[in-house]
Amino acid sequence: MHIQGLPLLTIVIFFPLAGALLLLCIPKARVELLKRVALAISLIEFFVSLPLFVWFDGGVAGMQFVEQVPWIPGWGVQYAVGIDGISLLLIILTTLLTVLCILSSWRSIERMVKEYLIVFLLLETGMVGVLCALDLVLFYVFWEVSLIPMYLIIGVWGGPRKIYAAIKFFLYTMAGSVLMLVAIIAVYFLHGKATGEYTFDLLKLYQTILVPNTQYLLFAAFAVAFAIKVPMFPFHTWLPDAHVEAPTAGSVILAGILLKLGTYGFMRFAIPLFPVAAYKAIPLISVLALIGIIYGALVSMMQTDLKKLVAFSSVSHLGFVMLGMFAFTVQGVTGSVYQMLNHGVSTGALFLIVGMLYERRHTRQIADFGGLAGVMPVFATCFMIVTLSSIALPGTNGFVGEFLILLGTFKANPVYGVIGATGVILAAAYMLWMFQRVMFGPLRHEENRAIKDLNLREIVILAPLICLIVWMGVYPQFFLKKIDLSVQHFLYDVKTRYEAAIALPRVGEGALPAVGQDVGPAKPAEK
Amino acid sequence: MIDWVWLIPLFPAAGFLVNGLFGRWMNFDKRVVAWTACSALGLSFVFSVLVFFSLLQLAPEARAAVPDRVLFDWIVSGDFRAVVGYKVDPLSIIMALVVSGVSFFIHIYSVGYMHDDPGFTRYFAFLNLFVFMMLTLVLANNFLLMFVGWEGVGLCSYLLIGFWFDRDAPANAGKKAFVVNRIGDFGFLVGIFLIFAHLGTVEFTGVFAKASTLDTTTVTIITLMLFLGAAGKSAQIPLYVWLPDAMEGPTPVSSLIHAATMVTSGVYMIARCHVLYTMAPITMATVAIVGAATAIFAASMGLLQFDIKRVLAYSTISQLGYMFLAVGVGAFSAGIFHLMTHAFFKGLLFLGAGSVMHAMSGELDMRNMGGIWKRIPITFWTFVIATLAIAGIPGLAGFFSKDEILWQTYNSGHRYLWLVGAAAAGMTAFYMFRLLFVTFLGKCRASDEVKKHIHESPAIMTIPLIVLAVLSVIGGYVGIPHVLGGRNFFDEFLAPVLGGPPLGSGGHTAFSLVRPAFAAGGLAEEHGFNMEIMLMAVSVAIAVIGIGIAFYLYLWKTEVPKRLGERLKGLYRLVFNKYYVDELYEACFVTSTKRLGTFLWREFDDGVIDRSVNLVARLMLGIAGVLRRIQSGRVQGYALGIILGAVIIILFLIR
Repeated sequence: MHIQGLPLLTIVIFFPLAGALLLLCIPKARVELLKRVALAISLIEFFVSLPLFVWFDGGVAGMQFVEQVPWIPGWGVQYAVGIDGISLLLIILTTLLTVLCILSSWRSIERMVKEYLIVFLLLETGMVGVLCALDLVLFYVFWEVSLIPMYLIIGVWGGPRKIYAAIKFFLYTMAGSVLMLVAIIAVYFLHGKATGEYTFDLLKLYQTILVPNTQYLLFAAFAVAFAIKVPMFPFHTWLPDAHVEAPTAGSVILAGILLKLGTYGFMRFAIPLFPVAAYKAIPLISVLALIGIIYGALVSMMQTDLKKLVAFSSVSHLGFVMLGMFAFTVQGVTGSVYQMLNHGVSTGALFLIVGMLYERRHTRQIADFGGLAGVMPVFATCFMIVTLSSIALPGTNGFVGEFLILLGTFKANPVYGVIGATGVILAAAYMLWMFQRVMFGPLRHEENRAIKDLNLREIVILAPLICLIVWMGVYPQFFLKKIDLSVQHFLYDVKTRYEAAIALPRVGEGALPAVGQDVGPAKPAEK
Repeated sequence: MIDWVWLIPLFPAAGFLVNGLFGRWMNFDKRVVAWTACSALGLSFVFSVLVFFSLLQLAPEARAAVPDRVLFDWIVSGDFRAVVGYKVDPLSIIMALVVSGVSFFIHIYSVGYMHDDPGFTRYFAFLNLFVFMMLTLVLANNFLLMFVGWEGVGLCSYLLIGFWFDRDAPANAGKKAFVVNRIGDFGFLVGIFLIFAHLGTVEFTGVFAKASTLDTTTVTIITLMLFLGAAGKSAQIPLYVWLPDAMEGPTPVSSLIHAATMVTSGVYMIARCHVLYTMAPITMATVAIVGAATAIFAASMGLLQFDIKRVLAYSTISQLGYMFLAVGVGAFSAGIFHLMTHAFFKGLLFLGAGSVMHAMSGELDMRNMGGIWKRIPITFWTFVIATLAIAGIPGLAGFFSKDEILWQTYNSGHRYLWLVGAAAAGMTAFYMFRLLFVTFLGKCRASDEVKKHIHESPAIMTIPLIVLAVLSVIGGYVGIPHVLGGRNFFDEFLAPVLGGPPLGSGGHTAFSLVRPAFAAGGLAEEHGFNMEIMLMAVSVAIAVIGIGIAFYLYLWKTEVPKRLGERLKGLYRLVFNKYYVDELYEACFVTSTKRLGTFLWREFDDGVIDRSVNLVARLMLGIAGVLRRIQSGRVQGYALGIILGAVIIILFLIR
């Protein structure tokens, strides 16, 4: 069933880059052609990524579709890619959202269309690359590659305060990245010193068992970088600014995928590399996540700008993701992975919807709307379904994620679980209040009377997301089957290495090797 | 046949999808839409009946042990497993019958009532969805699927209460219903977490089988959490506030929410979990006390309202209080019995109120009515039957069920709660007859314009009225008390699920907390029958007194109420304004939450976090500004720097 020898992941990673190069060859003036080609590229990319889902074996716990080629052999840098159930669906979500984003930019981007499309495809390569990378240097390269295009998208095609927002976004993320880079190098040397093998190979670095004190420092460096990206409270203030200024498609990708790179980073790098520190950080991260859930919801409630409201709701939703992840239970982590997808789908759809309103009325102020349901019934229906997904109504995708997260958290720590569950009430309050002010009540502004309902292009954009909302809510097993074993493996892995690490004798050395490739209690090595 | 149970909820779901997706192209003729929706419900009812009869053919003990019909795995993660599966037993099938049956007639009625509404298609799509969710709730074989229906009816109430979304009041009412319900749902959710954390499963069969392993504290917390959910859905103190506002929806919707679906789900859930509840005496006491308090509190609020639908709304809350009182004292089957009869007569009352509105050009204020009974005879006479039924007049459905509750309350040792219940019954009789007299009898106070148009509703609306009226009369005869020489088929049918009829056994054993001696002793056994008849007579007498006062005040000496109102101004205002509970909640919860949100946003997010972020940036700029001066471009400066640096290094080295 697997086509042997086909470097599928490499194709999925670099196809958008090749497409961007193709776009370079098309004259700037031929805007329609540029758009069509870009759309075609993103569509092909999406269909190329689908076999990953089909061929991915949910019954295998380890990495699949692995490719390994030496890159800078002298430094132990490799081109190593591979995916498991945690990254698989995020990749598909990335390729899907990129298609929808290009479609949604059809009319709204008028300036420098060629550059815009190129940057977008570049961004796609960066994001998919981050999700596939199994080598720390490769990962870091893709991480930065995904950062710069977003900086440009906000800074060039953004709103009135775009420069402020773009620089804030860039510096904030960069500050975290630099810390992480230092930590990556540290891990490299510690591992090399302990084993004699200097490598950036993630799977090999997993085996290094660092003494707890070292772990704390390095975990902190990684965690800050990822926490900024997520963003976790109190590192979230760049997000509302970035969202408000970014063009619609930029917001969709930012919320849908880029934020997930932070949560994904925790799962792929920060936690498994430093399990002791991760376990120690449970109370801190959980409390910050809970604050994020409630704080994000409360602040979201009072927003007057639709985009800002959705941005703060992201802070709340991502709080759930972090809460579930640090429950370290099967349900919690599975829910966390699922919620990453949900947030991409439903918040992506919300930003698209806000963008559609903005294109019609050139305002995002809630007070400028009201009573729209009467004039745009199709839009109202779509908006309603997305809203319900966002407040995690059973039958939508949001419920499956939040329920599993809260259940898993409750098992680990009932108090966290109960506090988290209050977020469910607040979500209903702020989302429905917003919906009511925009869609219900009498038509308060004459300008809104002539507002047009969705056109075919817009329906095509929203339809896949709405189908996913229902599908992922009614039959989540289709997706959970692919996730389940990877999550169990992740938990087992982290737990065994945590136990191995705390069993280590306390020595001043940075690292001690764990013998063998297999995960298992490490033998305390003599120095 | 029992295996086909999944078709019962499937039909309304299909109806919803067909009307929801294709309604835009189908509403060239409203009949297509109406037929789709009504036939979906009709089929659902037919299958409920078929399953019911298949169940009847089994031996009584076997009825509670029918294997669950599992369709597919819904959410599986680690050791957690929730399926989409249905449970058929006497309890669930009675609920399915009541829900699909009453809803069917409400659908038929709606075809006439909503005929000229531009949202006709949307209305029927939502109505189907509502029933689908309710049937999911009652037929689910596990807590999580039940929760789907649980939240689902909340959603549908939101959509239907806010059906006329272009006005602010319905939109507000819909949102209020959803949010208040969510508070309850939070409790339900925590209950599920606890159940899974302690028992490792959420399937009813497994949970109840293992329930005995739980300690009392845990089971008390679980049941209290579930009760919070029930209080939200079934509008009990303190979460009843959404229900009166829910009157903003179309009247048949009120009928659907208040009679057959949604509000009854809390009672059903507690009856379903009776194994857990009987293990938690503290919770049982809480349920009983909240139920009784709600019964009388809501009844008192209904005394002075002028809006027909609001009177009925408070009456619903009050009647639900009775049901909770029943389950709280361990009389689960009596609670379900009242749930059923209430579905008949309350459904009828709301549909009747709709018919009155239909006749009166949409008027709701009973002060602008009166003397219309001859013009709308079918509406009037069916309304009379429903009023008699709810007032507890012997021979009608409400009498049997309400009386069983009161008797069980007394018999299990809760004399004070009995007293509260009886007083509330008197109030019920009073306000219902006040409603009847002021609306239909006396002089007509409507404007001439309205008077001209008063007319009886079309057959499509009156037939459901007649059917429900018949049920309101005969519905009680399935549960005639032994003391009257009857046979309580209802109790017997439910016995395999809910345990033997507690009647005569001196109350439920688990609830011997309050008066153990009385409950377990032979006192009730010996004097039970005489006592029961006596209490019956007392409650009938109280009802008759209530009716008498209503007659005196609103038909005979119609000027008295006004004078009374003026003399007791403070009290009158307090009750008329519903004890200012809404205002209190608004001030305590809504406003303060909003204030907190604004504070966090303006003062904390912008003022503290973001300011410090920007401060760091500005600090960097400042430092850079200072450092920039060093790069002056003058060679002398650099040379000085080099020398100074060299000196420092040398000093450092020779130290």
